This record gives sequence, C-alpha cells and structure tokens, in this order.
Amino acid sequence: MEKIIFYILALIIVVFAIASVTSKKMLRSVIYLLFVLCGIAGIYFLIDYNFLAAIQLTVYAGGIIVLIIFSVVLIHHIEMELEVAKRSKQILVALACLIGLGVFLTTIYSYEFNEVATAISTTTEDIGLGLLSYEAGGFILPFEVISILLLASMIGAIIIAKGKKLTDKNDTTV
Amino acid sequence: MIAGISIYEILTLTSILFFIGVYGFITRKNLISILMSVELILNASVVNFVIINKYLFPDALQGVFVSIFIIAVAAAETALAVAIIINLYRQIASVEVKDTETMKY
Amino acid sequence: MDISYTILIPVIPFVVFLLLGIFNKKIKPAVSGYIGVGGLVASGILSVYTAYQYFFVYGKVDGVYQTFVQKTVWMNFTDTLAIDMGILIDPISVMMLIVVSIVSLMVHIYSRGYMKGDEGYTKFFAFLGLFSFSIFGLVLATNLFQIYIFWELVGVSSYLLIGYYYTKTSAVAAAKKAFIVTRFADLGFLIGILIIGYYTGTFDFVTLNNPEGSAIMNWASSSFMGLSVITWALILIFMGGAGKSAMFPLHIWLPDAMEGPTPVSALIHAATMVVAGVYLVARLFPMYYFVEDGFALNIVAYVGAFSSLFAAVIAITQTDIKRVLAFSTMSQLGYMMLSLGVSGYDGHEGLGYMASMFHLFTHAMFKALLFLGAGSVIHAVHSNYLKDMGGLRKYMPITNITFLIAALAIAGVPPFAGFFSKDEILVAAFEHNKLIYGVGILVAGLTAFYMFRLYFGIFWGKDTKYNHTPHESPLSMTFPLMILAFFTITAGFIPFSELVTADGAGIHGHMSFLTSLEAIHWDMAAIAITVGAIGIILAYIFYKKENDLADRFSKAFGVFYIWASNKFYFDEIYMFVTKKILFNRVSAPIAKFDKKIVDGTMEGIGNKTVVISEKIKGMQSGKVQDYAFGFIAGVVIIALVFIYLWTN
Repeated sequence: MEKIIFYILALIIVVFAIASVTSKKMLRSVIYLLFVLCGIAGIYFLIDYNFLAAIQLTVYAGGIIVLIIFSVVLIHHIEMELEVAKRSKQILVALACLIGLGVFLTTIYSYEFNEVATAISTTTEDIGLGLLSYEAGGFILPFEVISILLLASMIGAIIIAKGKKLTDKNDTTV
Repeated sequence: MIAGISIYEILTLTSILFFIGVYGFITRKNLISILMSVELILNASVVNFVIINKYLFPDALQGVFVSIFIIAVAAAETALAVAIIINLYRQIASVEVKDTETMKY
Repeated sequence: MDISYTILIPVIPFVVFLLLGIFNKKIKPAVSGYIGVGGLVASGILSVYTAYQYFFVYGKVDGVYQTFVQKTVWMNFTDTLAIDMGILIDPISVMMLIVVSIVSLMVHIYSRGYMKGDEGYTKFFAFLGLFSFSIFGLVLATNLFQIYIFWELVGVSSYLLIGYYYTKTSAVAAAKKAFIVTRFADLGFLIGILIIGYYTGTFDFVTLNNPEGSAIMNWASSSFMGLSVITWALILIFMGGAGKSAMFPLHIWLPDAMEGPTPVSALIHAATMVVAGVYLVARLFPMYYFVEDGFALNIVAYVGAFSSLFAAVIAITQTDIKRVLAFSTMSQLGYMMLSLGVSGYDGHEGLGYMASMFHLFTHAMFKALLFLGAGSVIHAVHSNYLKDMGGLRKYMPITNITFLIAALAIAGVPPFAGFFSKDEILVAAFEHNKLIYGVGILVAGLTAFYMFRLYFGIFWGKDTKYNHTPHESPLSMTFPLMILAFFTITAGFIPFSELVTADGAGIHGHMSFLTSLEAIHWDMAAIAITVGAIGIILAYIFYKKENDLADRFSKAFGVFYIWASNKFYFDEIYMFVTKKILFNRVSAPIAKFDKKIVDGTMEGIGNKTVVISEKIKGMQSGKVQDYAFGFIAGVVIIALVFIYLWTN
C-alpha cells in the first residue's frame, strides 16, 4: 500500500518539477512549485516525520510561495510569456545534467547501504528535547544561531527593499 | 521507513529532483524562476538528509534537526533574494538575466 | 736588448689622434699640423734609434739577428686560447718601422701644404695619426690575433681617409668598396688564423715560426682534401694578405681608392698599408716555406706574378695619373709577392725574401715620391687627367726633377734604388723558376714604358695653354719631395742583405755595391737594364713630342686596348655577380624566407595568442548561469575523477 502511494507521490514530484522549470507562464511555474512542495510534504508523512511535514507545509508552501507570488505581482509580469533559452543551449544543459545524474546514480547504486529496519516513530517531544538540550549532542547553539540569522535577514530585507522614498523625506537622517 | 521501498529508490528520486533544479537554474532567463530552481535544489537536499537519517540511523535525530535549519535558512535566503530582485527592478526596470551582465570583460 | 721604449712608437700617434679628434674644433689648423708632424718626428726618432740599437749596437749573436719579444696577456679565454699584446723586434719589423716613420713623416709635412685651407684639416691629421698608430701596431705585432686586430684598424683608417671628401658620392662609394673587399678577404684571414690556432695550439709568431717547433714539424698531422690543414690555413691567410695588397682578383678597390686626397694615396696606398699583405707573408715565411714543401708559397708566387703582369698591362692605357700610379703599385706589389714566392730559407737560398723586403723599402720611397709629385701637379693644374697636362717642366722644376728621379728608379736604372732591389728579385726568380723570371722581365719593360709615358705626358708632350698659370708648390710640399728623392738615390747602397734575411744571418747580395764589384751579376743586370732602356726609349718616341703615334698604335691593338683601358671589365663582372646572382638568386629568397616564415611565425604566434585570449575572454561573460554551469560541471568531473579514476 505505501509503495503505491510513494510511487504516485514520486510521479507528482517529478512531473510538476519539470513543468515548473519549463513553463512559459510565470504564475503557473510558481503553482507547479507549490505542488512539488506539497508532494514532498507527503513523503514526509509517509515516513512518519509529522513535525517535519508540518514545518514543510507551513514555511515552504505557505511562506515562501506566498513571498514569491508577492514578488511576481510587484514585478508586473504575471501575464507575460517568459522567454526560454534557445534549443541548443537546452539540449546541451540537459545532456550535462543527465551525465551528472548518471554519475550520481552510479555512485549510489554501487554502495552497500546497511538499512536498519525499525518502526520507531519520532514524536515532536523527542525533536523538541533534542533541539533544546544542553547535553552533548544537543542542538541548542545552532538553534540560537538560526534565530539570529532570521533576525539579520529580516533587517537586511527591510534595508535592501525599502528604496529611496523613505530616505528622501529627511536628508539628514538615515 | 516506508515498507517496501528501499533507500535506493528514494535517493534516485532526490537526485532527479536535484538535477531538474540545476537544469532550471542554468536555463531560465527570469531571476524569479532561477530563485524557484534554487528552492528545488534545496528541497532535494533536505529530503536526502531526512531519508538517510530514517533509513540508516533511526535512533539519532541529527538529520531532522539539520533539515529544520536548512528550511529556516532557505526561507531567509528567499526573502533576501526577493528584496534584492525588487531593488534591482527599481534600478534597471527588468528582471531578465541578460540585463545583469555588466560584470563581463 | 731593452725594447720597452718601443711601445711609444705606436702610442705617440695614437695620442695625437685622440688629442686632435677630441679637441677638433678648438684647435687652430696650423697648430694641429704642427702637432701631427711633431708626433711623427718623435716616432721617427725613436724608430731610427731602435734600428741603430738593433742592427749596430746589439748586433748579431752567433751570426744571427735575435728576435726580441715583450708581451702581456690581453684577453684570456681558456688555457689554450688567449690573445696577447706585445712588441716583436726582429729585422723586418725594424725595417718596417723605418719605412713607415719616414714616409708618414714626409706625408704629414706635405699635407700641411696640400690640405691647407681645407675645412677638415684637423680631422685629417687626426686620421693620419690613427693610421700611423695602426700600422705601427701591425708591424710590431707578436701574434696572429694582434696582427689581425691592427689589420682591421688599418682598414678602418683607410676607409676614413679614402672617404675624407665625404660629400663626393664617388669617394664614399670608393671607401665602402675598399672596406668591403678587404673585409671579405679578412674572412679568409680569420678562418686561417682559427685553423692555425686550433691545430697548432698557439698564435704566437715566435712559436709558430720555429723551424724545429711543433707547429712546423707536425704539419702533416691532419689533412683535408689532399692538402694539410696547415696549408689550407696558410692559403686562407694569404687570401687576407692578397686583399690588403690588391692582388688579383681582389684588386678592384685600389684604383677607386685614389678618390682620397693624394697624401693619403701616397701614405696608405703606396708605401705602407698595401705592403701589409707582403709583410704578413714575410712574417709567416718559415711556415710558408716548410709546410708541405712550400705549396702555399708557390701559390703566392704565381698570384704575385700574374697580378704584376695584369696591372702593368692596364697601367699602360690609363689616363688618370693617379690610376696609373695605383696600377703601378699593384704591379710592384706583385713583384714583392713573387719574390717571396720563389725564395728559400737558408743562406743564399733566401735571396728572394731579402730582395722582396729590399724592394718593399725602396718602393716605399720612390712610390711615395711619385704620388706626392703627382699631388703637386694636381694641386697646380686642378685636374687629374693627362689630357689637361703637358709641358709642366717650365713651371715646376723641383717637381720635374724629383719625379724624373723616381721614374728612373722604378724603371730600374742604376744607380737609383730601384735598380738594386728589382734586380735582386730578378736574380732570385731566375734561379728558381724561369717562367716567373720571364714574366718579371716583361713587367720590367712595361713598367719603364708606362712610367715614362706618364713622365713625358705631364712634363713634356704638348704645350698646353693653361688658363691659370701653374706655379711650383710651396716649400712644405717640395721639401718632402726632395727628402724622398735623396732616399731614392741613396737607398740602393744600403747593405740590406747583411741586415734583413729569412733566417737572420746575412747573405752577400748580388747587387751590393759595398761588398765588391765582382759580386754584381753583370749579365743579369745587363738584361734588366736593356729591357728598361727599351721601355724608356719607346716612351720617348711616343710621348715626348706631341704626335699621334700612340693613338695609331692603340687602334692597332683594337679590342685588346679597349679591354685593357676598361681594366678588363673586372668591376663589371663583380657587379654582375653580386647584383644579379648573389642578390637576386641567393639573398632575395633568403630575405623572403626571413620575412614570410621567420617573421610570419613570430607574428603568427602573437596573433594566435590574441585570438586564443579573445576566446578565453568569453569565459568572463558576466552571466551567473554560465558560472553555475561551470561550477556544476566541475563538481561532476571532479567527482568522476576521484571516485572512479583515481585509484590509490
């Protein structure tokens, strides 16, 4: 049963990913990306990482896609047809990607992974405890660093995006 | 782990997703499209971390933690990238890649 | 014998050269004339003193005049290759010192009058000083390299002096021609020097000329194409000497060199520089004689004989008086060469050598006198050509008498100097090679004929009406004439054979008046005097009074006369060979090869570099996607290499 669901999800992901990168319309490309992200969340549900799936849907599908749609709207190009690269370049890059893919797959398939078959399911409590623990193996420091990072990126985004209108009014202040 | 699916298939899936993202990054002419391709790449790497954690080391949780951090970083990065694109749009009134080639020889 | 002071003999003229050359514009002409003459007087006194010391005070040791050498190492390349500089005093170098000093001093005094009023007066004396330095250095050289260095210096001085009237294109062309022809000959000279240095291990004259030394004893050790390597070297060295002494076929520069001022012609192209070739063969005479039984010496003899005859025939037809004298010089040099060529080494066998050196001495005196006299005539008449002259005996008595004395000397009339030296040559030739003797007798007759043709043509002949009455030259010009005439008369009585011989011991000369009257071979002398007399009488008939006998005779000779008066077209032949064959067929393709292929390759490399860099420039396209592509491709390739290919 899970096998079939997995294959359907895999198919959705791949098809919509290809559609996203080759689509000529801007908004459609964004929506296809949304479907890819949802598919990936589905995979997370399949392997019993519920918390992670929730984060994926919230942050990625909810936050980032909305952000991209806002920026697309601001650029006024929603209805415009996007240019695509010329045929020769497409073929060349596709070829290069296929070769790279071949290298990856050869490497993966030639290695013996020792799979450990268990049925442990991770709860959110475990994740929380691990993320905020002070003992060895705890991730409290990266957690704090990420908060600083998010703060910095917020400030940075505001500075970069605010433009000239806010500065022209008072010449002396920044 | 998912019953009946070995690790190889999932790793294949993520590799394909990764290279679709690379293809999109190199081929697309719109800055926002390039940004979306970067999202694909990052997502593929996140899935890789999670799967390897789940299949090979079920006791440990580092894969999950790292995935959380990667998602956080990806969000921050997208926000900043959009800010930059908007600022650039104000300067040169275009988000085509071909108009950003002023650093050529 | 202490010879350290002899270094001053070349150095004084060199100092004069530097002084006059550097302070050219600041010295008044009259002062520079005195400086030049003064320097040569000093060198002359030192030369005479050296000769006196050498021949009379120190004298012979064990019956042989010793060789004195003082040298230092100048440039040291390896153990076997070093160039020394030094002074070599032996009979012929002392004799040459005397010759050069006397003639150079006379020319300096003469030039004070001849070049008066000329703009480059100081420069002229500076060049004369340079030349004197070079010829003294050449004469005193101790080894082959030193003689080569001074050889080239003499060539340079000659170039500067021939091209002295640098605004005349013919003078400039003549200077170039002289330099290039002698330089070409010096190529052979240099190759010969290098061969000798390599195979014998030394350049030093004393070592090379030692008859029991290794250079001569081992001449047969290496051979090339049937002849010993040393013989080839000697032939090549003779090529250098032939160039400088205007032997056939390298004679073409000497007639053209008459473009220089007449004192220059007297000094360089009559008395001193052109005998450098003869001097060189004499300097290496033991090698020439002993190596391969004198094979190279035979070549010297035949080349000398042929040149002598060739030049005499042409001299009969020339109308420019300086050119007649130039060909006469070539002819007399041929005499000196052939005399060396038929000579032996020990005792009486060495008569040819002695006669050649004696003739060198006397020839310097009377040829310089002839040239200076010609200069005096040219100065009075303002033309070089016979047709513009005639009957000058009325206006220029001193020049007339001295010119006559010199002409008698060169024709071999006793008791003037030329008789003694020329007849020693003929005796030596008779004893060794009858064919060369025959050529010598014929040339003696021709010499007398053309010389008196010249004399009668200038001073007798037709009574030319001159627009501008010619007058006798000033004392500064006639004084040297008189001094040289004195030497011409008395030089024959010097007991030369006692002093200068091949092996250093004296021999009894056949014409030596001072030894005894019986020693003179009256039969040989009679033949020579008769032949000379016939020449003089023929010239008298043809040229003393104005008549057309000469023209009828020249027409009778027809095309042969035309060939002779055009110097047998050798200039045209050389011009043809160089222009049409060498330039067009050899140089032009090589030049084209150089331009297209060598230059083309270099430029091609440059262009290719530019093209490649243009292409590489495209890598900095400014497109982020291209950079990303490169990045991904690089990662994949490195992954491939490290995972699969790099098996450690």
